[in-house]
Amino acid sequence: MITSLAFLNGVDPWIFVFSFITVGATIGMGFWSARQSKTASDFFVAGRSVSVGWNASAISGEYLSAASFMGIAGMVMSSGYDALWYPVCYACGYLFLLLFIAGPLRRFGAYTIPDFAEGRFDSALFRKIAVVFVLFIGFFYTMPQMKGAGTTLAYIFPGMPYWAGVLLVGAVITLNVALGGMKGITLVQAVQYWAKMFAISVPVFVFFSVYGAYGSHLGANARPIAEPAPMVQTVERKPLVEKAPADQSWIAPFGPLTTKAAKAAGLTAEQAKPYSLLYTYSLIMALVCGTAGLPHILVRFYTNPDGMAAKRTTMWVMILIGIFYVFPPVFGVIGRNLMPELYTGLAGIKGTDAVVLKLPTLLSQRYGVLGSILSGITCAGAFAAFMSTFSGLLVSMTGALAHDVYGRMLRPKSTPAERMKAFKIAAILIGGVSILLGTQVENLQINFMVGQAFAIAAASYFPLLFMSVWWRGMTMKGAATGMLGGGLAALACTTIINLSDLKHVDLAGFWIAHPLARILCEQPAIWTVPLAIGLMIVVSKLTSRDIPQDIRMKMLVLHAPEKLGLKQEYIQDHAAGSGH
Amino acid sequence: MSTPTPNDMVHSESFLRSLMHRQLTLSIACAAAFLIALLGLPLLNYFAPALMATRVAGFTLTWLILGVLFFPFVWVISWIFIKRSIALENNEVNSVNR
Repeated sequence: MITSLAFLNGVDPWIFVFSFITVGATIGMGFWSARQSKTASDFFVAGRSVSVGWNASAISGEYLSAASFMGIAGMVMSSGYDALWYPVCYACGYLFLLLFIAGPLRRFGAYTIPDFAEGRFDSALFRKIAVVFVLFIGFFYTMPQMKGAGTTLAYIFPGMPYWAGVLLVGAVITLNVALGGMKGITLVQAVQYWAKMFAISVPVFVFFSVYGAYGSHLGANARPIAEPAPMVQTVERKPLVEKAPADQSWIAPFGPLTTKAAKAAGLTAEQAKPYSLLYTYSLIMALVCGTAGLPHILVRFYTNPDGMAAKRTTMWVMILIGIFYVFPPVFGVIGRNLMPELYTGLAGIKGTDAVVLKLPTLLSQRYGVLGSILSGITCAGAFAAFMSTFSGLLVSMTGALAHDVYGRMLRPKSTPAERMKAFKIAAILIGGVSILLGTQVENLQINFMVGQAFAIAAASYFPLLFMSVWWRGMTMKGAATGMLGGGLAALACTTIINLSDLKHVDLAGFWIAHPLARILCEQPAIWTVPLAIGLMIVVSKLTSRDIPQDIRMKMLVLHAPEKLGLKQEYIQDHAAGSGH
Repeated sequence: MSTPTPNDMVHSESFLRSLMHRQLTLSIACAAAFLIALLGLPLLNYFAPALMATRVAGFTLTWLILGVLFFPFVWVISWIFIKRSIALENNEVNSVNR
């Protein structure tokens, strides 16, 4: 039977089995949890009763996307030290979320971020703006996930067309979200976190025992001849290919990733260093602030029972993803020594990005089937990565459409049952659009697109949340101007870079003459985040008459412990007062 | 269900001010510790490249810090924050109920 499926020819049976189990288990859990999800609250916020352990696993599972699972290893392999900022800032962004946003946001007791936007500023217009941003950032972040799914499937099953992978992953997740909503997806994502953790860590420990430890592999790079190396055992190393960066620039800070613009302008290594430092700072800012502003992550905090649980959850998320992020760079480091032929491949999945999937096959030379089993495990982890991140994005976008657009704008008097139906229809609609968009982006780079989504979130949602939670002088006009100003500036930079890199507009000469402009366009966070916050302050001061009248009560609800019972009071007050 | 009265201690301006002030001070102190490390590391790389390239068990010092040690450091900060923040909330609840 199976032999009649032509695309399975030449597929490693272990890879097929593990991938099949991952997809099958995801569908199974979707059906199982569909029977558990009954109310509208289950669909939108999982009944607000997700325990800290489950929620932390689910948030971690949702956050660790294709870019984390495969992209980081590939980037460390191709760019060296500078790429380490990605895993570190992806994990540390949660600290900002914990310190400034998680607790207050949960206390406010909304369903979605647009709910918060309207509730905080008493403005229906602002809800609409916030909805547009949720959908926009969501679709922007969905496209690279879809691309990852398509290219990985085409890699695992040679001969399978790119669109088939996009369709398969998109359809499975859309089905899950439509069946079980937020509650269903919580279980799936939590299980997928542990699947990914297993898939990334087990092969690493096997490599360590077979090929030598992390430090030994790094030690093999650029050791000065004068320095003795008795401390660590020497590891085997294949000669580097021509396209690989030299040892010294790979292992030291300010390497190929951050100096590209300055080098293109013909500056010497010394002259390029200040530009490189600027690039590093802007990258850090985009990743840290962007993590604290991703709508699909933020919406998960509403599933906690209270503000304190939201804070505890965030701390556990940092521990879970922190442990995970130690491992992907190891693949990059060992891959550089043992699989340098990947440097000669084209960019993306055919080149260094495939290191996580391909490196375990080396073990086949020594231990036969073990290599295939481990490669199967990492492929299954990659599947879990696209599926869980896409499911989180789909839930947050569906929530925005079903709750904010349908439930609040179009049919404010709809019953909970109608809203649940709207949720299911919206899930299928957005899932379909995502699949269509996914089939169109085969030629864009995964990591770059994810980076741009972070830069836009950093300049729009992060300033909005940070300022609205801590500054009572903020007005709707100030918030909207800042968010739109920062977000659109970041978007404009992204568009310019994309158009120029895809050769639609010829800016090569301009970039060579102005390396600074290139860096500020490629990594705009260093000026767009202050721009957004500045606009918020200036415009809010100018329109200070519009500060909501019950601002003190709003601030109390955001900051006072739940035990004081202020939220209930506020909701009753508000319902009685404005009929809102 | 009672409407808040201005005299009610919880609804007073001074209560809100002290509430936000204490929580923000804690958050900013933790953020400062984190930012000094996060923004200081590129500066060290910039001004003391030889020191940061020292080898520790095969790692360069800067790789060891960024690739491994940074994560536990952030966990410590968040653990301290959670502990202090729980204590703060309990104090607030006690001070109101007293």
